[in-house]
Amino acid sequence: MKLNTLFTAAVLSLTASVALAESEIHVMDTTVFETAPTAMAGGGFMQIMNHGDTDDKLIDVRADYPRVEIHTTEFEDGVAKMIHIEGIPVPAGGMATLEPGGFHVMFMGLQGTPFVLDEIIPATLVFEHAGEVEVMFKVVARGEHGNMNHGEMNH
Amino acid sequence: MKAAIIGSTTLAVAAGLGFYTWTVSQNANGVPCGDTSVASAAIGGPFELVSETGEMVTDIDVITKPTLVYFGYTFCPDVCPLDSARNAAAAYILEDQGHDIGTVFVTIDPARDTPQIVGDFADNFHDEMIGLTGTAEQVDAASKAYRTYYRKQEGDPEYYLVDHSTQTYLMFPETGFATFFKRDHTAEQIAETTACFIDQLS
Ligand SMILES: [Cu+2]
Repeated sequence: MKLNTLFTAAVLSLTASVALAESEIHVMDTTVFETAPTAMAGGGFMQIMNHGDTDDKLIDVRADYPRVEIHTTEFEDGVAKMIHIEGIPVPAGGMATLEPGGFHVMFMGLQGTPFVLDEIIPATLVFEHAGEVEVMFKVVARGEHGNMNHGEMNH
Repeated sequence: MKAAIIGSTTLAVAAGLGFYTWTVSQNANGVPCGDTSVASAAIGGPFELVSETGEMVTDIDVITKPTLVYFGYTFCPDVCPLDSARNAAAAYILEDQGHDIGTVFVTIDPARDTPQIVGDFADNFHDEMIGLTGTAEQVDAASKAYRTYYRKQEGDPEYYLVDHSTQTYLMFPETGFATFFKRDHTAEQIAETTACFIDQLS
């Protein structure tokens, strides 16, 4: 009986903390850029805000593609290098920005299922503390005539 | 292993490029165009690659007018599209001004980037952007001629990543290399500098 009570208490507190933490993470501007019909990979971008008082971390992204990873891009002497990373910190009261040239969700194995303009790509973000957050990535154009430079990134 | 060795030689050259980055470029008439250049000797030159329709092409076939040349790979969802979109935007600006300008995307990942894939990728940014691939040897020779660096990362045989340099070269059919642009140059800056070279060299 005592064990049972303890168990119930544990479950209750676990549920509470998940619910509490979930309400602290807000995800905005979940976008991917449209790709060529034969594209093999695409990048996902967004802003993640943590309104809570506990540091959190995006540790996984799940979506219906053969391989989905969290990446960052580093530059050294003009050489771009994509790196598979374990997670993206989202500090308490702060935010994380995934944008071209930096952190991104890497969707791989698109062959035959390109990102088509205005389509929605459902995905699950997994946070170390907040747990799972369901999101929808919207497929957007790169801009009129591809006219986008680093200053005009709409994030 | 072979790729790694090729990589380290070209890295030294890429580092050399960086050394010249801050010297002011001059066009044929000694008037500065833009803010970056390298010693113009020995960048570019002959190459043999495969077009988006699967035909063998050379630099003579490809660079028939002032042309922005970029080396990347289509599996890159992030940097290569951004740079290619910017180069396309520069081309649109120049075309609006009445200049005839070409754009070229050369893959450094020929194992995955078939003619069709690299062609589709290029067309995504500009209808006239030429996508080029080739055999591993052809691509390596072209990359060496342009002194670009690339190195395939260890890892998954299907989902591997490739490190690569991100300069864009401005090439002319007769005179060859004019200057190069870095990632932080905007489409407007590239268009302005390119127009300056076009005016002076034609
Ligand atoms: Cu990536």
